[in-house]
Amino acid sequence: MSVFINKDTKVIVQGITGGTAKFHTKQMLEYGTNIVGGVTPKKGGTEVEGVPVFNTVQDAVDKTGANASVIYVPAPFAADAILEAVDAELDLVICITEHIPVMDMVKVKRYMEGKKTRLVGPNCPGVITPEECKIGIMPGYIHKKGHIGVVSRSGTLTYEAVHQLSEAGFGQSTAVGIGGDPVNGTDFIDVLKAFNEDEETEAVIMIGEIGGTAEEEAAEWVKANMNKPVVGFIGGATAPPGKRMGHAGAIISGGKGTADEKIRVMNECGIQVAETPSVMGETMIKVLEENGLVEKCKTH
Amino acid sequence: MNIHEYQGKEVLRNYGVKVPNGYVAYSVDEAVEAAKKLGSAVSVVKAQIHAGGRGKAGGVKVAKNLDEVRTYADEILGKTLVTHQTGPEGKEVKRLLIEEGCDIQKEYYVGLVLDRATSRVVMMASEEGGTEIEEVAEETPEKIFKEVIDPVVGLSGYQARRLAFNINIPDELIGKAVKFMTGLYQAFVDKDCSIAEINPLVTTGDGEVLALDAKLNFDDNALYRQKDITEFRDLDEEDEKEIEASKYDLSYISLDGNIGCMVNGAGLAMSTMDIIKHYGGDPANFLDVGGGATAEKVTEAFKIILSDANVKGIFVNIFGGIMKCDVIAEGVVEATKQVGLEIPLVVRLEGTNVELGKKILEESGLNITSAGSMADGAEKIVSLVK
Repeated sequence: MSVFINKDTKVIVQGITGGTAKFHTKQMLEYGTNIVGGVTPKKGGTEVEGVPVFNTVQDAVDKTGANASVIYVPAPFAADAILEAVDAELDLVICITEHIPVMDMVKVKRYMEGKKTRLVGPNCPGVITPEECKIGIMPGYIHKKGHIGVVSRSGTLTYEAVHQLSEAGFGQSTAVGIGGDPVNGTDFIDVLKAFNEDEETEAVIMIGEIGGTAEEEAAEWVKANMNKPVVGFIGGATAPPGKRMGHAGAIISGGKGTADEKIRVMNECGIQVAETPSVMGETMIKVLEENGLVEKCKTH
Repeated sequence: MNIHEYQGKEVLRNYGVKVPNGYVAYSVDEAVEAAKKLGSAVSVVKAQIHAGGRGKAGGVKVAKNLDEVRTYADEILGKTLVTHQTGPEGKEVKRLLIEEGCDIQKEYYVGLVLDRATSRVVMMASEEGGTEIEEVAEETPEKIFKEVIDPVVGLSGYQARRLAFNINIPDELIGKAVKFMTGLYQAFVDKDCSIAEINPLVTTGDGEVLALDAKLNFDDNALYRQKDITEFRDLDEEDEKEIEASKYDLSYISLDGNIGCMVNGAGLAMSTMDIIKHYGGDPANFLDVGGGATAEKVTEAFKIILSDANVKGIFVNIFGGIMKCDVIAEGVVEATKQVGLEIPLVVRLEGTNVELGKKILEESGLNITSAGSMADGAEKIVSLVK
């Protein structure tokens, strides 16, 4: 088991004929992801990396039986691409695209209410279940199959955490990048719930950053519901207030969304927070030791 | 992106939101000319900078005649205002707004922001106008009223009415307040604002509902479809290196330290600053080169870092995903060829195409200290600049 994706997930790539999408389609195929089709309007009937291209998502789903999609469509058209995937009733849509106008996402979220589709992202690295399925842009080779769940607002910090865990011999069940935008699909709590119910996952690392209060809400949820240990990290402790730190959502405004406050609430809720990004792995191992889980989680 | 108060008012006028008459002035003579055109008994001379707290810092003066307009304009233009939002270095005033005075009955607050918890736009209103909304939220949170807006139907009449009644707008002005709020919401949505704050909104003796101040910020991601807003950009208000970086779609923020940072990914870039501080150093900047950067962009990024005279060393920290390590390596080599490199450079590469990237750096013959991890890199650069 794993969360959201596994070896049976059938994936289509929206925007497959673009340069970035082509590169990552190849990488995903090499990793073993079951990519069954691609979508680019007016390019239907062609092929990319041996994958058939369709004009519409509905067409691709009808012809291939896909149940998930990954979006590499440029920002001005990305919201529409999400709507198209939701309309085709895919189980999962992962939107890699960054810089989508926030008003577009407000509408997308409203449209998705009551629909069956789960959206991950936008502005995220994607989701990977090691050695089974990689959907997104993360470097595959750093991941190892195992029992640690990873959830993060930041792409590169996810890689950092995964790399440290793998180097130390602790594989991952699934790593989920929820993205750095202020309005996104799947949030920390959705992923924590899934990890809590997943038999393969023994412990979770949750990586947040300044801005908003998603980490605090997730920490409260962990305290009330989680029956597995959770370790955390928050990026941006030294970021100046009022400045948008790259991610649209990473901003301290009106004294809210500081790293100090997030770390305080997480600690209060029983989450050990790594002091620096280079000890995320170490902190996890320490917590596994405290919980007698090292044996179970040591995979290689 | 931020714009000036007078520009914000220009936007609002187009949406039926009432604002006082006024003109922008770049010189004392223009200021006097503007006041003449207004012909009002009293006019207000307002400094135009991208920061709040101008009144307290002496940037807003009420003039009773043209001589006073001249005196105040002369005093404020060219003055460096230090407010709680400018930082200690302050901001030099280069533009004025000359506005007709009005007979204020009472001050209120109305603002629109994105509420991340609900993924909706929220309108907030309070009868505690004129003070900072954060202060009101802290001291008397019961005096702030909120309406969460459904993007399908927009701000409904009943919601605007409820807000207006809740903040005790006089009955005879409820209709005007509703029109004001509805126009403000429409401007917010049409123009892709990230913040729209009217503080204060005022009711006047002659029965008007007016925006006495206007703070509009815009979603950078939506500027491609807001050409008229991008024309309002005032480069004098921005950091030179940040302007240069924005030409290449690089996310760069100037800081006070001496260690230049080049990182991919916002989270890693923030954490790189954190870890440099942890080892006793001080970052000179935040720089996320992003996912789609080309070698040319990386070259420009490197040149921007080197253009900061405070920079005594550089730490390149890359974990390639969508960004490829060889692209970073090529950019670094090209930049040092163009502008030279006389300060220590520590590079940590990991992720997509890492071997290729390392090879390019090794074969370049550059004096590079390589690091095995981000902690290792941070420690090395901190000790090298000391």
